[in-house]
Amino acid sequence: DPLRIIILIAGAFFWLVSLLLSSLIWFIAVKTSDSGDEPLQKGLLIFGVMLSVLLQEAFRFLYYKLLRKATEGLVALSEDGCSPISIQQMAYVAGVGFGLMSGAFSMINLLADALGPGTVGIHGDSQLYFLTSAFMTMVLIFLHTFWGILFFHGCEHRRWWEITAVIVMHLAVSGSTFCNPLYVGSLVPSYLLMATAAAWAYLLSGGSAQNLRRFLLCK
Amino acid sequence: MTELSAHLPQFQHGQLTENFPDNHLSNTNDNSERRRHDNSERRRNDNAESETNGQPQNNMQQVVEQDEEEDEELTLKYGAKHVIMLFVPVTLCMVVVVATIKSVSFYTRKDGQLIYTPFTEETETVGQRALNSILNAAIMISVIIVMTILLVVLYKYRCYKVIHGWLIISSLLLLFFFSFIYLGEVFKTYNVAMDYITVALMIWNFGVVGMICIHWKGPLRLQQAYLIMISALMALVFIKYLPEWTAWLILAVISVYDLVAVLCPKGPLRMLVETAQERNETLFPALIYSSTMIWLVNMAEEDPEAQRKTSKNSTYDKQAPANQTQNEGAEADDGGFSQEWQQQRDNRIGPIESTPESRAAVQALPSNSQTSEDPEERGVKLGLGDFIFYSVLVGKASATASGDWNTTLACFVAILIGLCLTLLLLAIFKKALPALPISITFGLVFYFATDNLVQPFMDQLAFHQFYI
Repeated sequence: DPLRIIILIAGAFFWLVSLLLSSLIWFIAVKTSDSGDEPLQKGLLIFGVMLSVLLQEAFRFLYYKLLRKATEGLVALSEDGCSPISIQQMAYVAGVGFGLMSGAFSMINLLADALGPGTVGIHGDSQLYFLTSAFMTMVLIFLHTFWGILFFHGCEHRRWWEITAVIVMHLAVSGSTFCNPLYVGSLVPSYLLMATAAAWAYLLSGGSAQNLRRFLLCK
Repeated sequence: MTELSAHLPQFQHGQLTENFPDNHLSNTNDNSERRRHDNSERRRNDNAESETNGQPQNNMQQVVEQDEEEDEELTLKYGAKHVIMLFVPVTLCMVVVVATIKSVSFYTRKDGQLIYTPFTEETETVGQRALNSILNAAIMISVIIVMTILLVVLYKYRCYKVIHGWLIISSLLLLFFFSFIYLGEVFKTYNVAMDYITVALMIWNFGVVGMICIHWKGPLRLQQAYLIMISALMALVFIKYLPEWTAWLILAVISVYDLVAVLCPKGPLRMLVETAQERNETLFPALIYSSTMIWLVNMAEEDPEAQRKTSKNSTYDKQAPANQTQNEGAEADDGGFSQEWQQQRDNRIGPIESTPESRAAVQALPSNSQTSEDPEERGVKLGLGDFIFYSVLVGKASATASGDWNTTLACFVAILIGLCLTLLLLAIFKKALPALPISITFGLVFYFATDNLVQPFMDQLAFHQFYI
């Protein structure tokens, strides 16, 4: 469906812009600080990560606003007075857009390097680097999709606690990656949060345990 | 306007125009205006009995407004489809260029520069390098401007044979010579043993089928595939032979030029489009990518502007004009570079096949049949120059960026969004629009921003395995 593809690419674009802004601020902070001070640099990086998370959610909100306006336009133009795409579908596609772009940016350079020769962790780092990166990226893509649905639903029905829950979850997931390479501290909570978000998004989209059972039993 | 300049170093102008059937309000074309009024007149005559003296004007106005509204609805309704119809070929072209750049090292190796960019960038100081690249860009742009004006003049004075010949030579060069070089380099990269006879057979078939498809008749998909391939080849030549700073400067200046040439009343591209519309001719279909091509026969037969882009290598150029007189040399030089393609940027939404017969047929239809024309048949057109410059941007990003794939991806998304916005503007304004400025601006901004700001950030994040 062409409209969904456009929304997907636009979602990716919005994520990209948020990343750009956050890396701009981080870059300025790094350049104006002492580059030799290791803990400071790490602290600035953590600050950059948190800022980036907040900016991503802010841009998700802006994207919601844009899609709202677009829906009104689409409704005005359609023959039967309803939009060809619902806000829930847009929420899902926007989430996928954010997730895909986030995953691509995290993973693609790793994949390109993985094609070449080398030994993982030869300098004493973890040997599971590629594996854990892959799993973490996957969980983030899924999470972005679910957060998209939750976030838009919260904006739609004016439930601010849903929006704050999404932001807190995102901060928690990013924060958990600070204990890498202690992967059990980052992967396990992320997957648990993903399961929670999945169930919540499923319920918000109109699913129920009955639907699930019927689907699984192929009725 | 889309400029078709089959000659070399012409720049390409991207234009987006919409050509709706004449009943609809779209272009600022006199013809379409006249026809719309004709149709309105007919309607008015039909309703003459039921109207009082004061009524006819209102009725006519109402009818015209209704036409416009329906027109707009149809436009915006199928707007998303048009966008996707352009996303796919642009993406394919970029994928081909990036794949080639990443695998075949020939196109990232520095083997000299074109004669259009005589100043080298291997200088000692940064200031000298900046000056050289500015001079290079200035020379290239002036060549492009001269070529465009030459093309417009030729078109205006109906020198169709000259343009036709120009285009044929251009596409011959592109389809045979450049693809031969490309094939050779691909074989070298993958260490494939190949004999000359097989290569000759392959290139001959490829080239001849390409010429037939592009300039005459052929299956739509095959023609589209060939247009994408030659755009990619042209973009690869640009990526190889343009030094870095020059390339970025040229991209920037060309989008400014595109904006000026298409939108200013005296801009050459605009004049070209208006002349073509006055004469009810199609504009150089061989240099425009079109997503639907219905009356291919009509178009091929009466289209004098079948242009081909020839892009010659500068080295090739140096040899060719050596034995020629000044005039011929100038022409051969002109035909050398991909400017022809570049001049051709024309985006039009609507069937390209607005031949006189079709317009007469539409005119003869009763007024309420305007919606009977299947809107699905309307295609989108984008000039090949746009393809080329988009691919040059993404290819350069993948070739020379430190952020590598991140930068490539960012530029790719930026260009697609720019294209989307341009098509949206096209749907709103319904006249010829340049396709380069918005996309190239976004692309350049994202390239420099991602390469310098995002890449260190992502690098640090990957090092510590933090995730955002």
